[in-house]
Amino acid sequence: MALLLKNARVVDPAVGLDAVCDIVIRDGLIAEIGTDLRIAKGETVECAEKVVLPGLADIHTHLREPGREDEESVHTGTRAAAHGGYTAICAMPNTEPVADEGSSVRFLRERGEAEGAVRVYPLGAITAKQEGRALAEIGDMVAEGAVALSDDGHGVQSAGMMRLAMDYVKRFGVPVVSHCEDEALVGKGVVNEGVVSTRLGLSGWPAAGEEVQVARDIRLCELTGCRLHLAHLSTAGSVELVRRAKAAGLPVTCEVTPHHLFLTEDDLTESYDTNLKMNPPLRTAEDAAALLAGLLDGTVDCIATDHAPHAPHEKALEFELAPFGTTGLETALSLVITHLVATKKADWAQVAQWMSIGPRAALALPVVRIEVGALADLTIVDPEAKVEVGAEWFVSKSRNSAFLGQKLLGKASDVLVGGYFALRNGKVVV
Amino acid sequence: MLSSRHILGMDDLSTEDITRILDTAESFAAVNERRIKKLPTLRGLTVVNLFLEPSTRTRTSFEIAAKRLSADGINFTASASATVKGESLRDTAATLAAMSCDLVIIRHKYAGAPRMLTEMMDCSIVNGGDGIHQHPTQALLDLYTMKQRLGHLEGLRVGIVGDIAHSRVAGSLIPALLKVGAIPVVIAPPTLLPARPDVLGAEVSWDLDEVLPTLDVAYMLRIQMERADGMPFPSLREYARFYGMNSARLAAMKPSAIVMHPGPMNRGVEISADVADSDRSLVLEQVESGVAVRMAVMYLLLGGADSGAAA
Repeated sequence: MALLLKNARVVDPAVGLDAVCDIVIRDGLIAEIGTDLRIAKGETVECAEKVVLPGLADIHTHLREPGREDEESVHTGTRAAAHGGYTAICAMPNTEPVADEGSSVRFLRERGEAEGAVRVYPLGAITAKQEGRALAEIGDMVAEGAVALSDDGHGVQSAGMMRLAMDYVKRFGVPVVSHCEDEALVGKGVVNEGVVSTRLGLSGWPAAGEEVQVARDIRLCELTGCRLHLAHLSTAGSVELVRRAKAAGLPVTCEVTPHHLFLTEDDLTESYDTNLKMNPPLRTAEDAAALLAGLLDGTVDCIATDHAPHAPHEKALEFELAPFGTTGLETALSLVITHLVATKKADWAQVAQWMSIGPRAALALPVVRIEVGALADLTIVDPEAKVEVGAEWFVSKSRNSAFLGQKLLGKASDVLVGGYFALRNGKVVV
Repeated sequence: MLSSRHILGMDDLSTEDITRILDTAESFAAVNERRIKKLPTLRGLTVVNLFLEPSTRTRTSFEIAAKRLSADGINFTASASATVKGESLRDTAATLAAMSCDLVIIRHKYAGAPRMLTEMMDCSIVNGGDGIHQHPTQALLDLYTMKQRLGHLEGLRVGIVGDIAHSRVAGSLIPALLKVGAIPVVIAPPTLLPARPDVLGAEVSWDLDEVLPTLDVAYMLRIQMERADGMPFPSLREYARFYGMNSARLAAMKPSAIVMHPGPMNRGVEISADVADSDRSLVLEQVESGVAVRMAVMYLLLGGADSGAAA
């Protein structure tokens, strides 16, 4: 069975490709790339006006399985990922129970293989139960397929514990993914400390609460030599710390989220919209501008969603009681197109870099390239598609999106995973 | 009538609304001097005191205000309510809405809770204090008290002293003072100031003694001694030394200047006993004004469109 993608603009900066051409896919692999290609039998898909990118990867997804299948599952979360244009996602280990030993990681990997619409790469915890007190069974988890280790959801509070973990992890070659949050500084903070915390009478979560751990972990990266990936950076100060670390040649990478790029604390009003409550919180316009500048100059490696589904009855609580997080898998690409591509602040090669090549490199996921012989994991984008982000539009089990009600431009129309459609003409087909 | 159906924060009130509330309160204050203090104005209307956080003073004040206007006042308190059984605020609001009340006064531990009620209920909502956000009727009664004693509000310099960062009283009093042309000055150690006091529009000082001679009102906030997690100053004794109102500090103020406190007071901490009991202290006048101002708020939200003749 062959598949022919006709007349697409194919963009993959990793192989220096940006041209209108055809792609033939056979047996799940890219068989030919060129112009005026034909296939004897099989299916031809007209892709004029569309853009083909190497399959997007989200390295920061909360699938909620096991434990909170009412909010999301491997089944629904991977379908939401396909809907948003992703061919692979990395599942964070803060499930119930926490994935802190090999069998939990194996469970998720096998669930991903059995149920997943896209590829699922599990992470394991750094510390047992993510409590920050003792090492999790790190080698056991890596042996079962954990691509990285993270206590995401919490910062590792003790510098000594983090140093021990990074010293131990480096023997396994995977990165530590750090959620930077100094609890002594953050306290009960729920919004950025500053104008909005003052105006709304909410406890502040200061930028320094993130930056002191970013600085600490960069220093520990230097001390231990362990690869460090910094999750969901939200402040100008954090980006500057990474810029200096990279200049010093340290093995440090980092990600930013669409909500920290495209929303600010000024979006929080007297309506106390809990869909805008996230951790780290929405920051200032200056911070958002610094995150974008970091992407543009290469300091920031990638965009990751921190897709955090929550049950409606929990998000309907008082702002201070509602859980942190917004969903993100289904809106990330459209937001990037709307805010960066359509405005000519970025081109398609940069989108491929930030959403496919960069994230895969950060966590050393299998490489996906648009070249002959490569696995056909492809994202086909309709740059002119119009998206209205309504509650019914989501494929995810949860609707707690910070972007509800927005009108966006551009969307993945098709997603191929190993040569098979996961998304076809905008509809999830697996 | 007021320009808003609800009073969630001072932003809901125009300067004209504030003037109308204070003028109306004045006529109700006269009623409160009579032996028979009850008016038939709100007969047949139901006012719910939804107090989800312990409060005696504010709840009692609203309760008396409702009774004096002949409204049917219902108390729905935390200990008696379903909220301790895990019912969400939205469900509580929907339940109350189904019982058709006309006005709900809500006191809650969390900011923004009064706004949630407006999404669930058709009746008027008054914020009786939400988290560390706002407490608008307290600010209104404070304005009323200042005006009664000092004759005017415009141009008054009002020093608000203490835990500005965690005070819903300050959260409403500062914008209220700005709306009537007074000048708020917040005075506290840096650890008790919010992250960005400048956005409140108040002058900021760390030094009470420096500011004291310029003030017309020293408004002492209560120090929350029950706070467990790390006091933001070394000791109550040290706090009192730098920020406590006492007779020496009172003597440094203008002869006409007054001292206020929203209560309950910690005598010997933010205010010394002799100042609290002096004729320069308006603490009890504030309590008294509270009833009249809350009657005015209820009346203007529920009752008389243009009759004005409250008394």
